[in-house]
Amino acid sequence: MGKLNYRVVIFFFAFLFGVVFSIPTLTQSETGKKITLGLDLQGGLHMLLSVKTEVALESKIKSMGTSIKYTLEDEEIVYDYLKIKDGKVVFELLDKNDISKVDKLLLEDFKEYAVNKKELSYEIFLTPELSKKTEQYAIDQAVDTIRNRLNMFGLAEPTVAKQGKEKILVEVPGIKTAEDEQRIRALIAKAAHLQMMAVDEDRANRVYGMTEAEAKQFGDVILPDVAEEGTKYLLYSIPILDGSMLTDAQVGYEKDTQRPLINFSLNGQGAKIFADFTEKSVGKRMAVVLDNQVYTAPNIVQRIGGGQVQITGAFTAQEAHDVAIALRSGALLAPVQVEEKRSVGPSLGADSIKASSIALTLGFVMVFIFMMMYYGMAGVVANFALVANLFLILAVMSLFEATLTLPGMAGIVLTVGMAVDANVIINERIRELLHQGNSITKSIEQGYNNAFTAIWDANVTTLIAAVVLFAYGTGPIKGFSLTISIGILASMLTAILGTHGLYQWLLPKIDKNKLGFWFGIKPEKGAK
Amino acid sequence: MEVFKYNKPVVRFMANAKKVGIFSILLVSLSLGLLFTKGLNYGIDFAGGTVIQVKYQGDAPIQNVRELLRKNEIYKNASVTYFGSNEEIAIRTKNTSKDVDVDVSDEIRQILKGSGEFEIRGVDMVGPAVGDELRTQGLMAMLLSIIGILMYISFRFEWRFALASVMALMHDVTIALGALALFQIDVNLPILAAILTILGYSLNDTVIVFDRIREGIRTIKSSKLDEVIDESVTRTLSRTTLTSLTTFFVVLTLYLVGGEVLKGFSFTLLVGVVVGTYSSIFVASPILMWLNFSISEFREKEAAKAKREKEKEKMRAMYEQGTI
Repeated sequence: MGKLNYRVVIFFFAFLFGVVFSIPTLTQSETGKKITLGLDLQGGLHMLLSVKTEVALESKIKSMGTSIKYTLEDEEIVYDYLKIKDGKVVFELLDKNDISKVDKLLLEDFKEYAVNKKELSYEIFLTPELSKKTEQYAIDQAVDTIRNRLNMFGLAEPTVAKQGKEKILVEVPGIKTAEDEQRIRALIAKAAHLQMMAVDEDRANRVYGMTEAEAKQFGDVILPDVAEEGTKYLLYSIPILDGSMLTDAQVGYEKDTQRPLINFSLNGQGAKIFADFTEKSVGKRMAVVLDNQVYTAPNIVQRIGGGQVQITGAFTAQEAHDVAIALRSGALLAPVQVEEKRSVGPSLGADSIKASSIALTLGFVMVFIFMMMYYGMAGVVANFALVANLFLILAVMSLFEATLTLPGMAGIVLTVGMAVDANVIINERIRELLHQGNSITKSIEQGYNNAFTAIWDANVTTLIAAVVLFAYGTGPIKGFSLTISIGILASMLTAILGTHGLYQWLLPKIDKNKLGFWFGIKPEKGAK
Repeated sequence: MEVFKYNKPVVRFMANAKKVGIFSILLVSLSLGLLFTKGLNYGIDFAGGTVIQVKYQGDAPIQNVRELLRKNEIYKNASVTYFGSNEEIAIRTKNTSKDVDVDVSDEIRQILKGSGEFEIRGVDMVGPAVGDELRTQGLMAMLLSIIGILMYISFRFEWRFALASVMALMHDVTIALGALALFQIDVNLPILAAILTILGYSLNDTVIVFDRIREGIRTIKSSKLDEVIDESVTRTLSRTTLTSLTTFFVVLTLYLVGGEVLKGFSFTLLVGVVVGTYSSIFVASPILMWLNFSISEFREKEAAKAKREKEKEKMRAMYEQGTI
């Protein structure tokens, strides 16, 4: 064997690096950084959601209307026609002398809103900045809320992240059945808008003959019962309190029937409002409303202090569990919608792994045998580089804890084909020089020199395409361009530098009379 | 083992350049014709829609499934095909639903109830807005990589090399797209990845031939471009064939055993490998000739460049010696 040169040393360490850092992935050990399998390989749910921010804007305007109304009444200002029109709160003053007072109020308490004024009529609306802020807040809040819900649901490592400015990416691996998937989707979508509402006992018996519009005139709403089809309740539309005052929600069971129920606790303010209300309303009914459905509407027997409330109703244990999670994580400010959904069952993922592994192994073995047969020992050298290349790809991906997708697997298969190209080019060059009658040393050195520019330029152009693909691609494309990029970079190290080092190291062993064995060629007659 | 002997005679590729050129033009026009008449069959990634993969225990009752879907008002236009085996079917529909809670797959599961023991193995649903976005992104990626590659080759070789390689590339991509149109393969994101790989692969091949031509210009005595090209292409012939063959076989295994999901992807690559190899020999180099690339000019430029370098070095040497 020849002297160890820097190339073979680097190659050796690269190989070692590749093997060591791909061990956690290959053995699937508990510790160490590993490649994660993409959802298309391990199964799971991928969704791209958008938020109906217009709903958040609407409710922001509504609450603006409520607080304006409250302030005007508090200051004893007489007004008329207070309503919401085209996303604006409009009202008219009746007394000219109130103008300066209202202007002062608007300037002090509502300075973040925009005001249009014409004599006695006012239009108050959200400034573009405030609209944008409200929309952004609704999206951020949805991200946090959905993340909390999925974390509490207890599945392994769900991902919830903002994608771009307006979309939300949700990825949940490890879903086993379609029912589970549906449960998770229901949990994500749940508005979880909890309200305590008083039953309008004066008109309650007329509810079945009343229209929505009529109810609205009395300041009421009609809401259906969650379990009993056809049962309706007439409720005061302004709730006693809502879910924002809730501090905890847990699943419990009814003493007699063992039916699941949800216990929840209110914060100090909520508990006080609740106690005051129940004290005033003994003998009347109070409805617990979740997402505009009445779950229970019991008679109030006595004042209830302490802020402990129960929702009973038609829950299965699973539903109770999910509703409690949704309540704990808070309501969604605005509903979410699906823009893109990809769901892969575990069996499909397993099939994909199997198919692409077979393709990878077969392709690999074929190239391996071919190189050995065609180039002799030179082919074996190239195969060494190929194995090192494969380990390096795995190691680098493991270190970055990158995700391996099905197109990523295809990328690796393709890299095998392309990495071998560098060695084909080099070996052809070496053969050419040997045929011209050059010495082995010169043929190898010159061969690498001649081959280098071609390999370099070819790899750089492919790398340009791969990098652009990575920057612009989404999901599956990203995985593909990632493995290709890593593969190309690794092949520069293994196929060019590594094999060169191996040749230099083996040089004293290479017998010029055995060119068939070493390079797969018959020497020309009259070669020096 | 040696398939291509070292002292093989130079193949007169360029003598037949015109004939081959006509063949290429025919192929490209045919592909363009297919693209304009039949058009690409955009899959759900780009057109929006839903694909549901259903696997039955035993043979899938495909007629029954079609019947059940036809009776449904919303899904009567859904198409049902076998997917990879007789047990598995794919249901494709233009419908998408924005509802998180109950979606197309839930509805289909309800409709298929009673048609046998089945499992929904996968659902892909892409809303129309996302589809548009993905298409724009895909086109952007393609354009940007072409521009990047053009710039790089112009810098490393000469503008005519860059132009010729990009023309060869367009030739390859057009024919690959033509094949997709001919067989009406669903064009989805993985196909886009395949097209971009063809882009890289075709360039790879062309660059390696061009590298040899660049070298040939310096080492081969002849000033006739066609002779230099012929000799350079002949020299790279063994490499071109070997690499193409290994890549071809690797992609072929992917096509044969890589599973249904990768079928379209590997098919596109198969076409690309064949066409890419052909174009690097028969398309890129003749274009170089037709673009009036002049060897003597290139040599003069190279010589001038070398002279400038030398002068610079001389100046530096003089500077270091302190004579300036």
